[in-house]
Amino acid sequence: MRLNLKIWRQKSAKANGKMVDYTLNEVNPEMSFLEMMDVLNQQLVEWGDEPVAFDHDCREGICGMCSMFINGRAHGPMTGTTTCQLHMRHFKDGDTIVIEPWRAAAFPVIKDLMVDRSAFDRIIQAGGYVSVNTGSAPDANALPIPKENADMAFDAATCIGCGACVATCKNASAMLFVGAKISQLSLLPQGQPEREERAIRMVEQMDKEGFGNCTNTGACEVECPKGISIENIARMNREYLKAKIAQK
Amino acid sequence: MSVLNSKIPAGPLADKWKNHKNSIRLVNPANKRSIDVIVVGTGLAGASAAASLAEMGYKVKAFCFQDSPRRAHSIAAQGGINAAKNYRNDGDSVHRLFYDTIKGGDYRSREANVHRLAEVSVNIIDQCVAQGVPFAREYGGLLDNRSFGGVQVSRTFYAKGQTGQQLLLGAYSALSRQVSVGQVKMYHRHEMLDVVMIDGKARGIIARNLVTGELERHSAHAVLLCTGGYGNVFFLSTNAMGSNVTATWKAHRKGAYFANPCFTQIHPTCIPVSGDYQSKLTLMSESLRNDGRIWVPKKQNDTRRPVDIPEEERDYYLERRYPAFGNLVPRDVASRAAKERCDAGYGVGQSKMAVYLDYASAIQRYGTLEANKLGESQPSAQRITELGTQVVASKYGNLFEMYEKITGDNPYETPMRIYPAVHYTMGGLWVDYNLMSNLPGLFVLGEANFSDHGANRLGASALMQGLADGYFVVPYTLGDYLADDIRTGSISTNDPAFDEAEKSVQDQINRLMNIGGSKSVDYFHKALGKIMWDKCGMARSEEGLKQAISEIQALREEFYAQVRVPGSANEMNPELEKAIRVADFLELGELMCYDALNRNESCGGHFREEYQTEDGEALRNDEEYSYVAAWEYGHGKAPILHKEDLNFENVKPSTRSYK
Ligand SMILES: Cc1cc2nc3c(=O)[nH]c(=O)nc-3n(C[C@H](O)[C@H](O)[C@H](O)COP(=O)(O)OP(=O)(O)OC[C@H]3O[C@@H](n4cnc5c(N)ncnc54)[C@H](O)[C@@H]3O)c2cc1C
Ligand code: SF4
Ligand code: FES
Repeated sequence: MRLNLKIWRQKSAKANGKMVDYTLNEVNPEMSFLEMMDVLNQQLVEWGDEPVAFDHDCREGICGMCSMFINGRAHGPMTGTTTCQLHMRHFKDGDTIVIEPWRAAAFPVIKDLMVDRSAFDRIIQAGGYVSVNTGSAPDANALPIPKENADMAFDAATCIGCGACVATCKNASAMLFVGAKISQLSLLPQGQPEREERAIRMVEQMDKEGFGNCTNTGACEVECPKGISIENIARMNREYLKAKIAQK
Repeated sequence: MSVLNSKIPAGPLADKWKNHKNSIRLVNPANKRSIDVIVVGTGLAGASAAASLAEMGYKVKAFCFQDSPRRAHSIAAQGGINAAKNYRNDGDSVHRLFYDTIKGGDYRSREANVHRLAEVSVNIIDQCVAQGVPFAREYGGLLDNRSFGGVQVSRTFYAKGQTGQQLLLGAYSALSRQVSVGQVKMYHRHEMLDVVMIDGKARGIIARNLVTGELERHSAHAVLLCTGGYGNVFFLSTNAMGSNVTATWKAHRKGAYFANPCFTQIHPTCIPVSGDYQSKLTLMSESLRNDGRIWVPKKQNDTRRPVDIPEEERDYYLERRYPAFGNLVPRDVASRAAKERCDAGYGVGQSKMAVYLDYASAIQRYGTLEANKLGESQPSAQRITELGTQVVASKYGNLFEMYEKITGDNPYETPMRIYPAVHYTMGGLWVDYNLMSNLPGLFVLGEANFSDHGANRLGASALMQGLADGYFVVPYTLGDYLADDIRTGSISTNDPAFDEAEKSVQDQINRLMNIGGSKSVDYFHKALGKIMWDKCGMARSEEGLKQAISEIQALREEFYAQVRVPGSANEMNPELEKAIRVADFLELGELMCYDALNRNESCGGHFREEYQTEDGEALRNDEEYSYVAAWEYGHGKAPILHKEDLNFENVKPSTRSYK
């Protein structure tokens, strides 16, 4: 099939960017979206142009590196799917596809479709861990954890840190990402000792990074490729409030 | 040729590690503060090492090429991690895990290393649980297990199909904690392009800042390479797109020996290739062989839909050939068996290069059990299927979804089509018992070293090894080496060795940028991959390997004459990154063929067509090849072989039988 692509091109963080049109013939419906981009880039190289820079690595929907805003939706039209797992069979011959980077003040563009998501790392550094040194752990089965809690913690822990939630949110809020980590650890006994401090430090770091506030539109949950539930935001708010009250 | 000293401690096998730990030198806490350690790579091996060393007080600099340490390729591991906990009470023990791993590796690994791995495996699970890793649990709240290939116990811990993700996020959280207290300085989007050797010791690296293109000098008292495997030499593999050999290859060029490079693992259950635009292959976890059954039609070129082929016209060839292990034979055996059926004309799907992995009978079995559990006395067939589907979804849901996304087929209704694909590399830089390469101060951890898996790795053992190396081995053995450095003081990056290394990196970049040919980097990478797959893949022969060597040499020449790297070197330039990596793959591929040619036997993942039994099984030659082949870089000439003899004092090498 034949596709019209409109792609955001931006030479560097400081340069101005613009949308550029490309036409791609002979796109195979079995290709993944990123393989379609590979084919475009091959052509650009052969023509003597610069290929489109984009982030990707695992191409299995797990590393969280790929990040394209496709036709106005983070990771494209399919729910529960990262860009790398999106396949061209979901598009039609003659379609026009608009491809942009994540847009958020806290995620500055590096080049073309690549953005800087290191703010997420700094939020985890602020408290997204259990303070346990290597070698000091008790036997793994010493502390049974009800399956239900373990499963809920697991669901929250499947966040891949892709940032689609931020890119989707009109306020560029990072609360789904932060809520997922705070929830995971607050649901597990291992997370209890630092529970309050963690909630406060992570939320404060999130604010410092310039992410917006949550106004409960729920868009993040819809676009999250891993189906992280918005309940995690509610839990985070509860954790934060409780911690703040305890602090007083 | 020299004989390599593996520094295996004396004493009985089960006491070696304990005694070694008790006798090696330590660095006291005050002195650790003045010692710098560079950790390249933040996968399971690197993140766990960086975090543990920082906790102990060393000053650590960690590097990764992705935009965050959390995205290392380890994140993609699906199925699970082994540990000899014996929580199932099914006869597991440290000794049994040790034995299974030695046998699974087809008697080409070091007994002492493997035993240590089995010993520390139990601590890994404890550590991860303490970090908040949400492993699968049973209703009683205790940890659940599953089985993997090549063993008869259930010792695999898992977190649905995302075990690697959860373990890596655990290690990443420990690393993040050390970053926050200033013990680790993290350099993401940085690629190491050379090791710096001063007075014969590894004292630093040259790294390229991938955002600005700048070359940076970083010094340290020791350098740890935790940079993963080199499966992408085949272009198509289950590895992440960025996985590469550059870090270890640059070290190899500086004198580090590369051990058993031809030992590659071809994983039996991957989604088959669908077209020449294909960029990577997707693994369907080995855990699926717990419940799935593998078959092909008994008739050649059978074009019926799989559901229309009656039971008696199906050949469950693994169950037929290997009744004791059935669908759970080790990977090398399962892969070769699939190739054998497809080559003989029984393959399925459009390309005929696929076999079925079928869940129909598992769905029936689980559905019936579930109905019993629920007290439904006469469930309808539809009800059984519904219940069975639910159970299968709870165990393997995300894998089934992934299959459907990629192929458009629903694996609950029709069997999956699968075929073997390159997955893991057992070979890597040679290291001694302390995980130090033959270059003093250069340590190698995780998939990047060659140490524990011999000629074939058992499922769920790579995660175990990466975390064993990083959490529980190197924190001890590094101290022994660094004990000599407590008075050295910080290493200057003005040393001429840094000038020289930086210049050679700059020269290589200039060379690549200036070729200005007409072919893309991927063109060469794909061409190399095809040579490797056809001639140094699942089956190898003397003739094919010799051809491959000359083809690779010719391709390399063409690369340096024809490749086009667009853009400039002073900016984010993914094509340049790829070109640097492919240049190294073009040298590695040749070495792999030399190694495969040298090894006149079949063992594990290395199958030489000339050496097989009557019924097509691998024919080992213990008399002549019971050694580790460690290669020295040839600098334009043929590589030089060094041997480390393998001594089996505790298990007697026998013919592996899974029948
Ligand atoms: C799809 C898949 C599923 C798997 N499932 C399982 C499983 O269920 N169980 C199991 O035991 N094993 C499994 N494996 C194998 C296992 O995941 C890997 O062997 C293991 O994770 C490797 O870990 P590592 O820390 O050695 O390297 P990696 O995780 O590959 O990390 C390499 C690190 O090095 C960095 N790096 C590399 N080169 C450079 C450079 N030049 N400069 C700077 N940084 C660099 C990278 O950025 C990265 O941080 C699986 C593998 C695949 C492909
Ligand atoms: S919460 Fe969902 S959308 Fe947000 S970073 Fe995590 S996986 Fe991505
Ligand atoms: S490339 Fe890893 S999630 Fe898409």
